[in-house]
Amino acid sequence: MNDCKIVDARNTFCPGPLMELITYMKQASVGDTLELLSTDDGSGADVPEWVNKAGHELVSKERVEGVWHIRIRKAK
Amino acid sequence: MRIVVVGGGTGGTIVANNLSRRLVGEIRARKVRLTLLSASDKHMYQPGLLYVAFGQMSPDQLYREQASLLESNIDFHVDPVVEFKLDENRVRTQSGKVHEYDVLVIATGSRIVPELVPGMREGAETFYSEAGAVKMFKRLREFEGGNVAVVVGVPHKCPIAPVEVIFSLHDYFKARGIRDKVHIKYHYPIGRIHTIENVAKWAKPEFDRMGIEYETLFNVKEIDPVNRVVRSEEDTETHYDLLIAIPPHRGMEVVEKNGLGEGGWIPTDRYKLTMNGHDNVYVLGDTTNLPVSKTGSAAHFEAEVVAENIASIVKIGAPVRDYDGKVYCFIEAGHDRATYAMFNYQIPPDLKPASKPMHWFKMAYNQMYWTSVRGLL
Repeated sequence: MNDCKIVDARNTFCPGPLMELITYMKQASVGDTLELLSTDDGSGADVPEWVNKAGHELVSKERVEGVWHIRIRKAK
Repeated sequence: MRIVVVGGGTGGTIVANNLSRRLVGEIRARKVRLTLLSASDKHMYQPGLLYVAFGQMSPDQLYREQASLLESNIDFHVDPVVEFKLDENRVRTQSGKVHEYDVLVIATGSRIVPELVPGMREGAETFYSEAGAVKMFKRLREFEGGNVAVVVGVPHKCPIAPVEVIFSLHDYFKARGIRDKVHIKYHYPIGRIHTIENVAKWAKPEFDRMGIEYETLFNVKEIDPVNRVVRSEEDTETHYDLLIAIPPHRGMEVVEKNGLGEGGWIPTDRYKLTMNGHDNVYVLGDTTNLPVSKTGSAAHFEAEVVAENIASIVKIGAPVRDYDGKVYCFIEAGHDRATYAMFNYQIPPDLKPASKPMHWFKMAYNQMYWTSVRGLL
């Protein structure tokens, strides 16, 4: 869990947190864990929605001081 | 002081011209030497490719001689860098020449990589290159009706382009009198029709009015050109007669080969625009790994910050400004209307209804770009 890659998408409107996450997921290897940092209110819902539909694994999701910390494991 | 700018696109050209004016006295007194290294003797206005794809501009209108855009005190060479020795403060070019620097600016841009999606190169039209845009126009011109699908690779340059091409397709087929024979379907990687929430809110009623079908959470996985099917990572598929793709992008190969950044994107401080771990190396435009739009506009505003800070370092020994994430993008809403999106790291865009005057302003900007890239606008 300690060597997961951080995708820092705080305070960005374009390309936006989910698009940033997809970019880095494409570069990652199967089994890698990425942690998305996002200040977008919608990330708490739209990131898990995509993770579920794309068949990856949502490891954890929490909001700390206005920042979403969402961990995803690449499954395929 | 020796300043070397690598890359002659929008960002590199504006940085070089801006610095040449701010440091005109220092360059004349030979206290500063300003060098620009580019891979091409031509400069392309890349946003014009969308117009080429719809027969509204000819390819030769996209180009100017790079040397004609530069101030005369810039030491310009068409000699791309092949090796970065950042720990030794020097770069080596294709011709074998070594340039030592005190400050380096990397603005090498990005490239399309349709080959990363099986079948995309053979099966899809795209307007992200001159040859692709011309070919796409010829396909559109001979198209008499059927299913047109638009898919979007990630990451991609010009995030507004996916919605712009939809509006242009609608107006193009309408003008030809065959809009009722063409079904247009738009596919987008995330759960709404544009990554910027306010653009998505603005575009949705426009799509509905134009009769555009859309599928979200669609990341293109593969294309079967024989059976004309495009499939997504999310296990859905669409049949098409004509497929238009926004291809995925990567940073330039030279960045990857020199180990400067994964995917060709260089890790960059989002405010200082310096390369992480290298305070005398600035990065701007598509080359950065920043969560900022890959557009000429972002490169332009970043270039102004970089140039002002380098000039300030020369003059007072310290930088004076941070980049605030500013981006301004025109949005063509068809062939006679447009709007715009302006935002930064803190303030989201506030979309106005599309209008004809904003379209005319965009038409004027297509010419004003050549003033902008000279660093005058």
